[in-house]
Order: sequence, then C-alpha cells, then structure tokens
Amino acid sequence: MSSNSLGQVETKRFIHKDTFALKSGKTLQGFEMVYQTYGELNEAKDNAILICHALSGNHHVAGLNEEDKKGWWDDMVGPNKAFDTNKYFIVGCNNLGGCHGSTGPNSINPENNLAYGSSFPMVTVGDWVKSQDLLRTHLGLPYWYAVIGGSLGGMQALQWSIDYPDLVKKIVVIAAAAKLSAQNIAFNEIARQAILADPNYNSEDKLPKTGLGLARMLGHITYLSDDAMREKFGRDMKKDEVNFSYDVEFEVESYLRYQGESFSNRFDAHTYLLMTKVLDYFDPAEAHGGDLSKTLKTVTAKTLLIAFSSDWRFSPERSRELANAFIEAKKDISFLEIDSPHGHDAFLMPSETYDNAVQTFLEKNE
Amino acid sequence: MNKLIGNFIQPEARVLDLGCGDGSLLAFLRKNNQVRGLGLEIDHQKIQDCLQKDVNVIDQDIDSGLSNFQDQSFDAVIMSQSIQALRKPEVALEEITRIGKEAIISIPNFANWRCRLQLIFGGTMPVSSALPHDWYSTPNIHLCSLKDFERLCVAHGAEILERRLLSFDGQEQTFMKAAPNLLTEIALYRVKARN
Repeated sequence: MSSNSLGQVETKRFIHKDTFALKSGKTLQGFEMVYQTYGELNEAKDNAILICHALSGNHHVAGLNEEDKKGWWDDMVGPNKAFDTNKYFIVGCNNLGGCHGSTGPNSINPENNLAYGSSFPMVTVGDWVKSQDLLRTHLGLPYWYAVIGGSLGGMQALQWSIDYPDLVKKIVVIAAAAKLSAQNIAFNEIARQAILADPNYNSEDKLPKTGLGLARMLGHITYLSDDAMREKFGRDMKKDEVNFSYDVEFEVESYLRYQGESFSNRFDAHTYLLMTKVLDYFDPAEAHGGDLSKTLKTVTAKTLLIAFSSDWRFSPERSRELANAFIEAKKDISFLEIDSPHGHDAFLMPSETYDNAVQTFLEKNE
Repeated sequence: MNKLIGNFIQPEARVLDLGCGDGSLLAFLRKNNQVRGLGLEIDHQKIQDCLQKDVNVIDQDIDSGLSNFQDQSFDAVIMSQSIQALRKPEVALEEITRIGKEAIISIPNFANWRCRLQLIFGGTMPVSSALPHDWYSTPNIHLCSLKDFERLCVAHGAEILERRLLSFDGQEQTFMKAAPNLLTEIALYRVKARN
C-alpha cells in the first residue's frame, strides 16, 4: 500500500432520535446518517474539516471501503495530499435523502413501515447543513476548522458560513455557484423527466434504470468540456465502418451508455430526483430579497473560491458573481480561476496549482 | 516605497491593491496600518504567494474592467507601477478614483534624464532598472512622464493631492524637486476624484 493511502476505512453511523424539521414544513421522525472520518482530532479540537459531497457522492470520501473501492475524492484526501489527513481530522457524511446508508428514499417510513420511495420529503441544502451540525455535536467538535466542497458540496460549504458563522473558520467553495441558472435547472428537469417517464418509475418490483441511466448520461455531458470530449473520444468509432444503424458506433456513445448503465446499478432514482431538486432550490440570497452580499453580511469564515476555466456547468463567471458579493459585503475572500481542460469534473482532479492553493489557504493564519 | 505608501493610508483602512504581485505590500500594510486589504493579480504563482502570506487575492485582469467594484467602496486603491502596462490607462484612472476614496499611483518616469540620453545618444528605446524590458517584449505599452500623467489626471477628473519624487529603489529624493520631470525616476501620487 502506498504511503499516501488511508487504507481500509470504516463507516460509522450517527443516529438522531428527535424529530427533525425540514424547510419544506415536513418532518422526519429522527434520522440516521452514515459517515467516515480520516486523520486524528487534535487535543485542541481545532483541526476538524467537513467535506461535503456533490450530487452523486457520499460519505466514502477517501481510503478503501469494505468492497475495496476508493473514495470519490481519494486523489485529494489522504496523508500528504491536498487535504492532508496527517494534519486534519476530516469528516465525510452521506446527506439526508442519499442512497448510501443515511436516511433516504430507501429507508422505512416509520408511519407505515414501507420504504419511502417517492414519498421521501424534499430536503434542502439548509436542511443538510442543519443535520451536519447535529453530527458535529455528536462528534464533540466545538466548530469546524473548515468546511469544503465542490459543486453541490461547495454550496453546502457556503450555506455553512451563512447559517453557522460562529461554527466555521474557513470555507473552500469549488466549482460552485450561488444559485442555479435557468440552463442548469433545464438540464436537471430533463434528467428528472427521463426518470419520471420510465415505465418502471414507482413500480413495485422494477427499478427505473433506463431513466436513471439517461439522466446520468445527460449529466455526464455537463461535467465534461467540449475539448475534453474531443480529446477523449473525437469521432472515434468502435468499428472501422459505419453500419447505418442505431447501435453503438461512436466511442462517445459507448462511453455514455456504459456510464449510464453502471450508474443505474449503484444509485437510486428517487435520490437522484431529490438531489436535482436540492440543487434547483438552492438560493441562499432568497431570504434577503435576492441580495447576495446582504446574505453574506454575517459571514465570518475566511473564504477561498476556486473555479475551472473550462467548466460550463458552473462556469468561472458564476464563482466571480459569488466573489463580488463577498467583496461587496467586505469579507475575507480569495478567488482563483484554474486553467483546466477537464470541465466541471476538474474539481475532482488534483493539480499543482489547485493542491497548492487549498493547502496554503488552509494552513496560513495571520 | 512600502513605508511611503503606508504613510498615505489611514489605520484600519480598506485597501484594494491593483496588481498586488506577491502580496508583500498588503502584508506590510496589514502589519503596520492594520488595514483590511484585497489584491488583484493574474499571475498564479503570485496568487499562491499571496495565499502564503494570508493576503486576500482575486484572480482578475484589470484590463477586463473593474465594474464589479462599487463606487467609493475602498478607502484607498493602490496601483503601483502598473498603470503603464494597462491597455487603457485613462479608463483605469477613472475607475480607480471611482472605486477608491483616494488612489495611490506610482509611475516610472519615462522622461527621466537617463531615458532621454539613451534615446538621444544611443538611439535606442531606453532600458533601465525601473524599465528593464526590450521594446519588443515590454509589458509597458503606455509609458509616460510626470507631465503626461498629470495631464491625464486633469483630463480625466482626478485631483492630485500629493506627489513624491523617488529614485528607482523607492527612496524619496529631495534634490529631484529642482527639475522633477527630468530627475525623477519613480513618482508616487495620491489622487482622488475631482468633486
């Protein structure tokens, strides 16, 4: 095993027994949340970092799980990596509504002893942050030294700094936005329609795998840049000649079908629907009449925003909007736009500039 | 130079440093003037240096505009020896005085006697320690003299509150007052928008 791998990691379970009120007005009769931790909490308890996952992520951030599978951010989280577990006590959890062990659509609804399925209540980024704060208390952490995330994970980091200014010292918001654009919502809506239109949606014994696969195929296109797709697939064909049919011919078709299929075997369609809605509803400025800088007035966390040049899902411009609101609110803000050909997915991949920036930002305190 | 700029800045002022480089001026001002600073820089190595100093920095090209900054939102805006490298110095000057209650601008003086001699007797574009680049690779595309800069201020609504005459190493030199446009190597101005 290489010296910068965490090796086998253990999944733990936090059980919250009290009623948990959601923004929608609905409630959960308690919840369970699975999480993993890496590194050691120091004596002062001032080195705890929460890493929030994005749409299809979960609590298995780094190391190897029971099935020997690497965590989704193993490239950047571990000993001597960008998020260094020799220095920090890092926590990853599966958000409510997820399908990897935390209370979600696959859980049993105590009211009728049936799986929630599509009746699982709608959750929001604010609800997640509130539940993550209960986990913080459970872990005996006085505050988070930092909350970090990319994409939807970055939105949670931002929400943390707004909702609990006294409980987070630094946030790193990567490849995110202060709210979704009409185009973002439009893509999410097509993904949802793909699932909802699947005849197996809400069926008793079958899963809407075709719909979920389609949703994932669509999502994948938005995670990659035009250049990255050209580089990776171009117009390469599986065979030398076209066969004038609707079978898989181009490499890109094959790739997308594979991605869609494998995703539909490991992810839950209800969770996917829910996560896209969480994204659509995210708009912390709404509570202040759409004024983002006003929303940020109470923030005390030092903030680092990172965007990637070829990301068109949440483009650098969206991060600049956020940076400008921080500037207007007279907050401690740094912003870096990293050149990358990898589109939105760049946030998952280490690079020298990226790693150095997050490491240094976390380390330095004047 | 840092100290001279520091003298122009009120304690706990909010300062924007345009082209902040490695952040050393803002770090100096934080220590000596307790300022809350923000830098703009596009060189990623220098941005990294800023983070290393825990200096707030935004990855933004001044030439692409500064419209994201509110009117009079900073107590001071600093532009240290970079106005000559901008595509539109006159627009930048207007923007700087719009954003800052005061602006602190330094310029390398192209009418300095050494530059004049190089051009007259050498017949080549001047190269010096303040302007070390060859003509073809210089980022300094809008070089000017003190006289030129002061004319620009008049034409673009900036009032000069103070002027200091310095040598290349940033030391104030009183003898330069005898013939500022000929002797000065770097000029440091404190300006604001004319009411």
